[in-house]
Amino acid sequence: MSDKVLMKGNEAIAEAAIRAGCRHYFGYPITPQTEVAAYMAKRMPKIGGVFLQAESEIAAINMVYGVAGTGRRVMTSSSSPGVSLKQEGISYIAGSDLPCLIVNVQRGGPGLGGIQPSQSDYFQATKGGGHGDYHLIVLAPSSVQEMADMTSKAFDLADKYRMPAMLLADGTIGQMMEPVKLAEPVEHPFVEKEWAVTGTKMQREHHIVNSLYLVPEQLEKKNFERYERYKKVEENEVIYESFMMDDAEYCVVAFGIAARVSKNAVVAARKEGIKVGLIRPVTLWPFPKKVLSETAEKVKGFLSVELSMGQMIEDVKLATSCRRPVGLCRRSGGMIPSPDEVLEAIKNMQRGEE
Amino acid sequence: MTTQILIAGFGGQGILFAGKFLANKGLVEGKQLSWLPSYGPEMRGGTANCSVVLSDEPIGSPIVTKPDVLIVMNLPSLDKYEDAVVPGGKIFVDSTLIERKVRRRDVDAYYIPATQLAQQNGIPTLANMILLGKVMRESDFTPYEGIEEAVRTVVSAKHADLFDVNLKALELGHSFE
Repeated sequence: MSDKVLMKGNEAIAEAAIRAGCRHYFGYPITPQTEVAAYMAKRMPKIGGVFLQAESEIAAINMVYGVAGTGRRVMTSSSSPGVSLKQEGISYIAGSDLPCLIVNVQRGGPGLGGIQPSQSDYFQATKGGGHGDYHLIVLAPSSVQEMADMTSKAFDLADKYRMPAMLLADGTIGQMMEPVKLAEPVEHPFVEKEWAVTGTKMQREHHIVNSLYLVPEQLEKKNFERYERYKKVEENEVIYESFMMDDAEYCVVAFGIAARVSKNAVVAARKEGIKVGLIRPVTLWPFPKKVLSETAEKVKGFLSVELSMGQMIEDVKLATSCRRPVGLCRRSGGMIPSPDEVLEAIKNMQRGEE
Repeated sequence: MTTQILIAGFGGQGILFAGKFLANKGLVEGKQLSWLPSYGPEMRGGTANCSVVLSDEPIGSPIVTKPDVLIVMNLPSLDKYEDAVVPGGKIFVDSTLIERKVRRRDVDAYYIPATQLAQQNGIPTLANMILLGKVMRESDFTPYEGIEEAVRTVVSAKHADLFDVNLKALELGHSFE
């Protein structure tokens, strides 16, 4: 265990990003993700990277847009109100088919809301957020180790599919410390990407990075092409964790910190003889539809556990085509359900069924 | 074995630092662990608390709602968390700062005048570590051996001069009858 270090989730994101070859960070401080920026401010100047505290979140995301156009690894991080401000830029980046990483360490909303943990930006992250037809790859870490691993994964996927990726964390995972094993730093010699805007030196045709298509036939064609790529992402990149599902009669669905709490409840319920398991979506987009659909054939009911008024539950219902009842255990505004509350909801689900 | 520890008091008493020490102690032992601070407005002059879970198994929730071990450094924290402690659990009270006794009969209560001891020994900011010394003596979730390595990690290089006094504080608590 000596190769493990104790780190906050936010610090693990920053260190993992640097190790994944990211040398450009643009951000603006906001609780509970400020440690990402603070870490970058300390480290980037020492390794020839760029840390820039922008004048606003809107400026920061447009700086990300600029660097992404050159094909370099680039990121920004914020928390819920700040990520709302970034939505226009995110839509432009998606519309320009550029890779980048956006981190959202969520806090309670709407509006300025509070600073305590939340998952109520699920809709914003997975259903668009900005305008137009687009998706982000959305990864939901539930431990400090995954904060590191998913950061590096997000950069790889963003590059592979030429699209923005989002790490959707929450205040708890951002603030907590756990032992983490960091990947060896990857030296990414800059590979000229065939589409990158890096200057022609009068040697080649211009590359154009743009999201404006005034001829509707062209814009439609672009969108269809993009959705062909999204289809591949949905086919190839789904990640989920299955916990005690082998003989389960009931299935809890939860991600991030809600999944951690739910695990305790599942273990407690098992001690009381209730056959329940947990499916934890790790990718929220692409959503693990197939496994949930298959699970609907085996279980009597689902329970969505969320730090929101109920957002992911809609995807659970869609994925299972409402073939089984889907209950909801929720807290909002920065509150987190206790394992006892989740256990009670599991028992309610069982009583409702039998 | 899984031990859920909750440390609570005022901001500035070293609540989070105490938790970090236990977390680093767990790391030295090769245990699974999580450390979760309270963050936000209550930190600035109000109450602070810190959840630490040490376990031989992967840890589920890092949020301690039913502590096996409760360490309190002010009255509001004892009032707030006393009822949450599991039956058979342990409560450690800084009796310099908290006058009342623990009301529960189904837990073990320990009273240590940690703040007074700290002042008498010229280490006024280390009542937190004195309490932890006593906690480690009365609990078996982590051995007392190996404290040096954990202190070295948690005391940053910049404050290496504080290494000895932290050990002294732990020892004061550990030998307190």
